[in-house]
Amino acid sequence: MTTWIDACANDDIEEEDLIRFDHEGRTFAIYRSPDDEYFCTDGLCTHEQVHLSDGLVMDYVIECPKHNGRFDYRTGEAIRAPVCVNLGTYPVKVEGGRVLIQV
Amino acid sequence: MTKRDYSLLGPDAERAVEAGLTAAEWYHTDIPRKEMKELMKREDQPAIRDSFVLFGVMIVSAGIGIALWPSWWSAPFWLAYGVLYGSAMDSRWHECGHGTAFRTGWMNDVIYQIASFCMIRNPVEWRWSHARHHTDTVVVGRDPEIVAMRPPALFRIFLNFFGILDAYNGWKRMLFNAAGKIDPEEATFIPESELPKVIRIARIWTAIYAAAIFTAVATQSILPLMVIGLPRLYGAWHHVMTGILQHAGLAENVLDHRLNSRTVYMNPISRFIYWNMNFHVEHHMFAMVPYHRLPKLHAKIKHDLPEPSPSILAAYREVWPALKRQLRYEDYFVRRELPGTARPYREGLHVDLLGVPAE
Repeated sequence: MTTWIDACANDDIEEEDLIRFDHEGRTFAIYRSPDDEYFCTDGLCTHEQVHLSDGLVMDYVIECPKHNGRFDYRTGEAIRAPVCVNLGTYPVKVEGGRVLIQV
Repeated sequence: MTKRDYSLLGPDAERAVEAGLTAAEWYHTDIPRKEMKELMKREDQPAIRDSFVLFGVMIVSAGIGIALWPSWWSAPFWLAYGVLYGSAMDSRWHECGHGTAFRTGWMNDVIYQIASFCMIRNPVEWRWSHARHHTDTVVVGRDPEIVAMRPPALFRIFLNFFGILDAYNGWKRMLFNAAGKIDPEEATFIPESELPKVIRIARIWTAIYAAAIFTAVATQSILPLMVIGLPRLYGAWHHVMTGILQHAGLAENVLDHRLNSRTVYMNPISRFIYWNMNFHVEHHMFAMVPYHRLPKLHAKIKHDLPEPSPSILAAYREVWPALKRQLRYEDYFVRRELPGTARPYREGLHVDLLGVPAE
């Protein structure tokens, strides 16, 4: 059964940025878009398992810090080599100033 | 003394995997996230400006070269055109391959394709080979881009100052791929889904070279090849001169770019041609930082890095004796000392290597 997990406060993430969130042995990336929306994906790049949290958010794109592969973090779609495999994405909601993810 | 096998399919490749040297955690200097974001930020303006200068000078110098042909007065203009074609395109290939030069994706892609053609590097194959170079930098059997292997093939390096082996291998590989074939070593780092692109691009390039050769034969002149193809030979010297300094003579099989990469202060013209890749430790440690912010990154982290070589000449004074010594003693390397303000090398991790003294 999927549950909502309290990941962080909404202002823990700067606009157009992301943070890493670890939960039960898994790692996730939580994003705050330039339009103040929140998204969640797997935390590791599908190319060589590098943490995306050290990467760069540009509009709706996350660039991996190791090889500059890019994903659309809204859909998880791999959009620039060397990444070829999409990221998993997870539902997000904000309630009472907290960011909740469903995993 | 350890004999090395640099092949990607050989025993050293297996040993690197067993030793945990592949896709490993590398040392990074600590930089607060806020500052790092500023350093990584992308913009189009610096690379647009530099590209206008680059292509403007190329068009003017080739134009004058053609106008003065076949007089020897055309030679300086071909030298200028050649170094921009055969060397500046190396750094454009590199930066746009990373996707950091421009903020706008298609701009990176356009320059990447042009530069790949000039350097005779299949843009698909080399994107993947360079990704491997960043994952496993100077790890024997894993890094496909090691220039000065041990013992160093000095004659081979000398030939490449004139692009001879690189261009020959580039054209040979182009024809091989154009025939619909893929080398087994290429297949170790290129995903299967990308292989048709390798072949398609090789066929397009073969058609362009065929047209240039046909024009040369039809006009009974090598002039068309002075514009397309030959500059990869007569203009290669600068990118080889600067490229050797990136890693030659330094450690292999380590997980700290301060041990296997070299930063060299260079004159402004070389830095324009090389697009600031003289800050090479910085580039490897933080590949997300665009070329035009590398000087800022250098200023921020130099307390944690070995002292840069003060000039190209000074760097060669370090590299040349090291390469000569490696001819007789392959395990030799230069260990660059860290300043007192730096975090020390991880002696436990690199204990075997760091035990080898440098003179």
